[in-house]
Amino acid sequence: MKVGVLALQGDVREHARSLEAAGATAVQVKRDDQLAGVDALVIPGGESTTIGKLLDRFDLLGPLRERIDSGMAVYGTCAGLILLAREVVGREDAPFRIPALDVSVRRNAYGRQVDSFETDLRVKGFDEPLHAVFIRAPSIEAVGEDVEVLAEHEGAPVFVRQGNLLASSFHPEMTDDGRVHRLFVEMAEKS
Amino acid sequence: MSDTQRETGSARVKRGLAEMLKGGVIMDVTNADQAKIAEDAGAVAVMALERVPADIRAEGGVVRMADPEKIAGIVDCVSIPVMAKCRIGHFVEAQVLQSLGVDYIDESEVLTPADEANHVNKWDFTVPFVCGATNLGEALRRLGEGAAMIRSKGEAGTGNVVEAVRHMRSITSEIKRLATLGGEELMAAAKELRAPYELVRECAETGRFPVVLFTAGGIATPADAALMMQLGADGVFVGSGIFKSGDPVARARAIVDATTHYEDADMIAKVSHGLGEAMVGINISDIPEGERLATRGW
Repeated sequence: MKVGVLALQGDVREHARSLEAAGATAVQVKRDDQLAGVDALVIPGGESTTIGKLLDRFDLLGPLRERIDSGMAVYGTCAGLILLAREVVGREDAPFRIPALDVSVRRNAYGRQVDSFETDLRVKGFDEPLHAVFIRAPSIEAVGEDVEVLAEHEGAPVFVRQGNLLASSFHPEMTDDGRVHRLFVEMAEKS
Repeated sequence: MSDTQRETGSARVKRGLAEMLKGGVIMDVTNADQAKIAEDAGAVAVMALERVPADIRAEGGVVRMADPEKIAGIVDCVSIPVMAKCRIGHFVEAQVLQSLGVDYIDESEVLTPADEANHVNKWDFTVPFVCGATNLGEALRRLGEGAAMIRSKGEAGTGNVVEAVRHMRSITSEIKRLATLGGEELMAAAKELRAPYELVRECAETGRFPVVLFTAGGIATPADAALMMQLGADGVFVGSGIFKSGDPVARARAIVDATTHYEDADMIAKVSHGLGEAMVGINISDIPEGERLATRGW
């Protein structure tokens, strides 16, 4: 299983390490031809405006949409969640996206960096709590009918799945807990 | 699916924001209009300051934290993280910046130092700090004081990349050397580096710098940015190089593109076309010793 990490900007190295630990082969994706060579893709944490602009500039929005529509598994964390969201609400937009995931998100909804936090979450299908790191994180304000909520924080969804798409407000790649990446690699193997 | 409480200001969330900035460009801005240009170009963050280093060098005088009014204006106009500089050792400027809601504080040698012996005790803050360093010992002392991110200093405001290269090579080669040492040699190495033993041991064991390491000071072209990335920087700070050039909009964007595709010479060539005049550079040997910014910090 060859899993790409979109490497335009962000915490690429951490995702690659987590994917390798989950048994996948991780490769960096910066260009269209590299995207064509992977079985699944992680869109990492980073600045969603920057990654979105670079996706547009280097003509990756269209090819990525096509791969998603044809069933490739994609996991987005934080910025990756914003880039997959159908809708961004609030005054901070993210104009360049692949709006395949039926959720509404709000950027920086938990506040500025001084409000970034760690907490424990209960995740559907996990026996033990998951320690989660939220950094200038987006919130999920609404989810569509086909979206399964896997975890909530203070009553709002923070981890969701819809078909071949997985997305979280938080960063499992920043801890040594490999369960989320194993879940994604299993999804990718089935898709 | 309920939850437990939130823990803010931990080393992990402080270092974590820096992880999210990797592969990106952080641009010096002095007002909201410049901040918008930086964001539109694809900057991952902006650094708010009173004057860019080239002007500081030209005009002289005591240089302090930027006017809170200006910082608030910049915070309001962009959605990317906003950083701001405080003077070395000026912990009250740092308190003010934290109160203004900036996302990262740069305790910077570009401003006039407020304390000639001590840096800010950065463990006291919820907001994370980035600090400059010219070598590994200095970088690890800053981590010992609680910095969550380091940038090689270079020589700000010169448009001359030579010092940035020297400092980055110095840090990476010292880490490589540590990795070859036996455990019994590490205390002597820590003594030589004048750095905390535990951090020296971490570098030796992992062969890596413990936190995100950006570069700064003298980067003026897309090729400069790519050079620093190839030398091992996790990302790039650009100060005077953008807004002191002929066409800031085009240059800002080209430096972002070259930082992303830093290993792709064809791409760097392509984005380097037609950027107009680069900022006028200064040879380091033409700057009197006492006016070199990189020597500030202890």
